[in-house]
Amino acid sequence: MTKVRIPPTLREQVDGEREIPADGDTVRELLDDLMGRFPTLRRQLVQDGELAPFVNVYVEGEDVRTLDGLETEVRPGSTVILLPAMAGG
Amino acid sequence: MSSYRELLQQVRAEISELDATRTRELVETGDVLVVDVREQDEWDEGHIPGAVHIPRGYLESRIERAAPDPSRPIVLYCSAGNRSAFAARTLDELGYEDVSSLSGGFTDWKRNGFAVELNAGLDAPRRARYSRHLLIPEVGEEGQLKLLDAKALLIGAGGLGSPASLYLAAAGVGRLGIVDADVVDESNLQRQIVHSTERLGEAKVESAKRTIEALNPDVQVIPYKERLTSENVERILADGWDVIVDGADNFPTRYLVNDASVWHGIPVVHGSIYRFEGQVTVFKPGAGPCYRCLFPAPPPPELAPSCAEGGVLGVLPGVIGSLQANEALKLALGIGEPLVGRLLLFDALAAEFSEVKLRRDPDCPVCGEHPTITDYIDYVEFCAGTREPA
Repeated sequence: MTKVRIPPTLREQVDGEREIPADGDTVRELLDDLMGRFPTLRRQLVQDGELAPFVNVYVEGEDVRTLDGLETEVRPGSTVILLPAMAGG
Repeated sequence: MSSYRELLQQVRAEISELDATRTRELVETGDVLVVDVREQDEWDEGHIPGAVHIPRGYLESRIERAAPDPSRPIVLYCSAGNRSAFAARTLDELGYEDVSSLSGGFTDWKRNGFAVELNAGLDAPRRARYSRHLLIPEVGEEGQLKLLDAKALLIGAGGLGSPASLYLAAAGVGRLGIVDADVVDESNLQRQIVHSTERLGEAKVESAKRTIEALNPDVQVIPYKERLTSENVERILADGWDVIVDGADNFPTRYLVNDASVWHGIPVVHGSIYRFEGQVTVFKPGAGPCYRCLFPAPPPPELAPSCAEGGVLGVLPGVIGSLQANEALKLALGIGEPLVGRLLLFDALAAEFSEVKLRRDPDCPVCGEHPTITDYIDYVEFCAGTREPA
């Protein structure tokens, strides 16, 4: 089980939680688990079956796009952060 | 072996010496290069107007740049005429044809009541105002002069622009441009501390200008009461900015700022906020990723609530905007490790900072190896959620 940090712009989709435990050995499996339980997350994270261009996923501080994308491995205890673009100023 | 006194006498006999009156006559003709060979602290306390400063120890290595023509007359001076005597012999040896030393030196010059120029550095009021900067070795007088010469363009005089502009102004950043089309509204005052209740209804750029000039009259504020667009961005950037502090409140402006900064090679200190969380990074063209490397496309508007829609804790922009000012000051001073390639995240509820790495995207349409966007686009349309076919 890995804890996934949920950014403030997505918290309404997850009952206001800041961190959600999710199961999976890859980023894809983690997100599938999350989106299975919180279906409205899907359109915030996925576009055309891939990670949407306006959201980044970091595993141990590294953008998964610079690793193996959605197939990037995660280990129990890994720090996973979801980060959508936000423009507020 | 000869004593210092004997050597000095011998050198003085070999070189040409001028008194203060004759030196002043030559200075007035403008045909002579006057070189002050004293140390920095002596120079700082005053020197002959128009003189160039080359400390004795650097004379051989730096004289060529100051005096490329060896036939041009040169007068050297120090405080009493001794160091400049040795310096004159050195220049004779280097082949300069018309070298003299001011006998009696700067002391004699002042005794005659001739004009003295104070150093171009900080005057007494500025030394007092910036004394806490001057005490830091990494800043000091040289750094403070850099700040006074620095030009920062702030996009937005709102939540982020308020603390950023105030701290940059207090630090003595000499010129601040502020771009904002809005007027001060009651709902702004919970966080936008550059404005005040008495400024309600006033243009934000004018309100900010008044606050900043009251804080620090050294700062020149250039107000742009307009929204940054593809049509005005070139005109505003033509005013010459060293750094852009991006505190915009919408995606079209974020992407526009990014593209313009990449094409102009201007670093952007980026900050954004929502509710209890904020992000800061520095996009430095050529040295790290740009905003499009981080987010190639904006979210559809319905998925990206703004602070106007979702709210923001009043102090949050205070933290993030201050961090932006911190980064802008570091860039202006050329010190420290700027947040290039690093995105700093702040969570006010957890009171926690975290950091993720940002990397340049070689396929980035703007800063990548083969850019496909090379001119301003319609940013409003780009951010309106038009999706490319799959």
